[in-house]
Amino acid sequence: MSKHTFRIWRGDSSSGEFVTYRTEVDEGMVVLDVLHRIQSEQAGDMALRWNCKAGKCGSCGMEVNGKPRLACMTRMNTYSDQEVITVQPMRTFPVIKDLVCDVSWNYEQNKKINPFRPSSAQSDGRYIMSQEDVDRVQEFRKCIECYLCQDVCHVLRDHKRQDVFVGPRFMIRAAGLEMHPLDTEDRIGMIRDELGSGYCNITRCCTDVCPENITITDNGIIPLKERVADRYYDPVIWLTTKISSAIKTTLKN
Amino acid sequence: MSIDINEIETFDHDVVVIGAGGAGLRAAIECSAQSLNTGMICKSLLGKAHTVMAEGGAAASLGHTDDRDNWKVHFRDTMRGGKFLNQWRMAELHARHAADRVRELEEWGAVFDRTADGYINQRPFGGHRYPRLAHTGDRTGLEMIRTLQDHGIHQGIHIHQECTALKLLKDDARISGVFGYWRETGRFVLFRTKAVIMSTGGAGKCWRVTSNSWEYTGDGMEMAYMAGAELIDMEFAQFHPTGMIWPLSVRGILVTEGVRGEGGVLQNSDGDRFMFNYTPERFKEETADSPEEAQKWLDGDTSARRPPELLTRDVVAKAILNEVEEGRGSEHGGAYLDIASRRDPDYIKRKLPSMYHQFKELAEVDITKERMEVGPTLHYMMGGIAVDGETQMTSVPGLFACGECTGGMHGANRLGGNSLSDLLVFGWLSGLGAKEYISQLTRPLSIDSDDVELARHAAVAPLNREGGENPYVLHEELQSIMNDVNIVRTGAGLQRAIDAIEELKPKLDNIYAVGSSQYNPGWNQALSMRPMMIVAEAVARSALIREESRGAHTRLDFEGEREEWGNINIVVRNAEDGSMEVEQFTRDVPPEHLAEIAYSNLDDLEGGIHV
Ligand SMILES: Cc1cc2nc3c(=O)[nH]c(=O)nc-3n(C[C@H](O)[C@H](O)[C@H](O)COP(=O)(O)OP(=O)(O)OC[C@H]3O[C@@H](n4cnc5c(N)ncnc54)[C@H](O)[C@@H]3O)c2cc1C
Ligand code: SF4
Ligand code: SF4
Ligand code: FES
Repeated sequence: MSKHTFRIWRGDSSSGEFVTYRTEVDEGMVVLDVLHRIQSEQAGDMALRWNCKAGKCGSCGMEVNGKPRLACMTRMNTYSDQEVITVQPMRTFPVIKDLVCDVSWNYEQNKKINPFRPSSAQSDGRYIMSQEDVDRVQEFRKCIECYLCQDVCHVLRDHKRQDVFVGPRFMIRAAGLEMHPLDTEDRIGMIRDELGSGYCNITRCCTDVCPENITITDNGIIPLKERVADRYYDPVIWLTTKISSAIKTTLKN
Repeated sequence: MSIDINEIETFDHDVVVIGAGGAGLRAAIECSAQSLNTGMICKSLLGKAHTVMAEGGAAASLGHTDDRDNWKVHFRDTMRGGKFLNQWRMAELHARHAADRVRELEEWGAVFDRTADGYINQRPFGGHRYPRLAHTGDRTGLEMIRTLQDHGIHQGIHIHQECTALKLLKDDARISGVFGYWRETGRFVLFRTKAVIMSTGGAGKCWRVTSNSWEYTGDGMEMAYMAGAELIDMEFAQFHPTGMIWPLSVRGILVTEGVRGEGGVLQNSDGDRFMFNYTPERFKEETADSPEEAQKWLDGDTSARRPPELLTRDVVAKAILNEVEEGRGSEHGGAYLDIASRRDPDYIKRKLPSMYHQFKELAEVDITKERMEVGPTLHYMMGGIAVDGETQMTSVPGLFACGECTGGMHGANRLGGNSLSDLLVFGWLSGLGAKEYISQLTRPLSIDSDDVELARHAAVAPLNREGGENPYVLHEELQSIMNDVNIVRTGAGLQRAIDAIEELKPKLDNIYAVGSSQYNPGWNQALSMRPMMIVAEAVARSALIREESRGAHTRLDFEGEREEWGNINIVVRNAEDGSMEVEQFTRDVPPEHLAEIAYSNLDDLEGGIHV
């Protein structure tokens, strides 16, 4: 057991400030445990989001010592007793209260993406896909929607281009659909125009913070950018790749 | 101060689904498909419900890994796992429809792990005769909720997030509305509706060591109970045998049964694989009796029987408890779970990635090299709102229920994987049930403004007091009381718990929350205390009455299953005077064709005969 000092941002959309708390920390605790202890002992009305406490639901994203993190997966023993730990809400989104911010914009972006449209099933109603082909998509589908990547992406954070770019989370959501072996929808135009793929300049900051270790930029965004480039700058290449993949699928079935 | 209800923000829907987990989402999708104006409300953000945490998989007799499987074997396993207390019709509907509902998810974009020939792969789990769980690594719930969510947002459902329902409103006997508040602002909100589908999940937060999150405070059960519905089988609360136990701060967090499904074994402090000593008579014929045979099963020999680690959860949880009590527990008072010596590191990381991650990050244990330490954790409520098996409607006209908040489907013990499939099947059916009910309504419904005023008054009371009971402390007191309503119980302990809950009630009327109503967790906690107390009381009272040990309910003073109880379900309801009325009722005689399947031997079912 040891005592630690926390500086926690308390306030709402109109104003706020960092408030200092001293509290005991037991072996094995994560930042979320400490926040709960402070909440139950010193600050009953301190707002924060959490659900699973095991890195599975993506509710507890915040900035700890300036880094976007899941509070439930940030162990206290990575900090020394002397270190003051600063906790604040994700800064890319408008704050609601204390550590809770308004992430509703993200839900709006999701709706922009054309939904999954499967090819027809076999006559017995079943679909065939090989594990090898789904591995790629499964990587993107691991996303827990913590929005830490959205928080860190400079297009949204610094340039505030929420009006034109959906951010890395929804780029990989689109990638997951585009690379889905059964999907037949064409989203290339949408990816360029509505999702704003051109705004990403491949800094890889999003990949660095993803708690699910999804290779957002290299496996998701870059291939999408390539598809867009192929379509708009070399329609012949695009057509042949589509046709040959269509033939491949037909042969496989 | 009284207010005009016209001043409260109001929404009009044909149906309101309370809860946005797998059950609520599937119900809302069905309602929308039935052209109902559908509203869905949830306490957290969309996609964060408990369903997201489910790991192991969804049980359905797809027959992809063993073609001897079919709905009848699944039904038989479910009834046997539930110690024959399940509602027959619900268990039948579930087993019959689970496969189609899982396949439908694939049509909506779900990506399950594949077999070598490209079909949905299935994993073995406790109590299931064949590998039956469609899964995506060990994050099946995430795959499921995201699929439903991404499909659902294009179906015209009105989604109200971070909105907590507090009370159901009625026009005479019928449901006519829902009263609640927005978490963000603390403002109240009214929903006028013709029907409500309750899908609020469980109540694990009544106990201290649990795999459940803050959301699981039994709200739906309490709202239904207060509206006049019955709660059934409340004595059956499932303790999952393998929760994390160390460090203390993660105590209770789930370790999926998938670890054992993939070959993991349980050991005591002597390194013995103790589960071989705990196979109940009823399962002896179908369970391996030596490590050699269990190994053959793992290697894919279909003539070998399943390892005892895959016995039902009640059996495994009690076995661990017994080892600990007899002095053979692990360092921190549980058992060791070993997958490291059973599978190679790459396999473990591929099939159990989130377990690998969870132990590495939270306990600094590398499960590809070291053993895990595990112990029982409160996991799931078999008991819940009683519904008609055919329509999913409660005894309150217009009130439906599905998912974990419902009782009856799983009897005395739920099989792993049967919840995710239950959500899909009964979510779907309750949507159909609501449609049918609404289409027969003949007159417009109204909301009684006095009811609204009462609910509003009760809700703001904790904020208006000058001081009083701290909701966090009260919660801890309740959890301490529930130590007497744990995995093993005695009559004296249960009576003690009931008395203590009675003593706690006056404190509830003096609960106090600091701050304003805006995003105030203290206030939210204060409001969830009553639901938890109702559920806790229902569990304790039902458990006191059931004088036998069956499934998840173990009485030290009444050991073993008693024949006279095999035929009885216990229900509780809110009596006229506000007290809790407990009633035993005798089960209907099972339909002949179902009894035949449930009691048949396996050979008769495995020919692939379809009824
Ligand atoms: C860690 C873990 C692992 C599991 N693994 C498996 C598995 O592998 N296989 C399996 O079959 N089962 C598993 N289970 C069980 C299964 O996940 C749950 O039983 C199931 O997800 C419950 O789904 P639901 O739709 O009924 O409720 P939930 O998914 O819990 O959703 C409840 C919803 O109700 C809302 N709600 C609650 N109260 C209110 C209120 N007052 N007002 C408004 N909204 C409210 C919540 O916000 C939430 O949206 C697991 C459970 C846990 C905890
Ligand atoms: S790689 Fe692209 S999406 Fe990711 S942070 Fe950089 S600019 Fe944003
Ligand atoms: S991609 Fe990673 S960082 Fe972004 S929302 Fe998903 S899990 Fe979070
Ligand atoms: S609480 Fe679920 S990810 Fe942290």
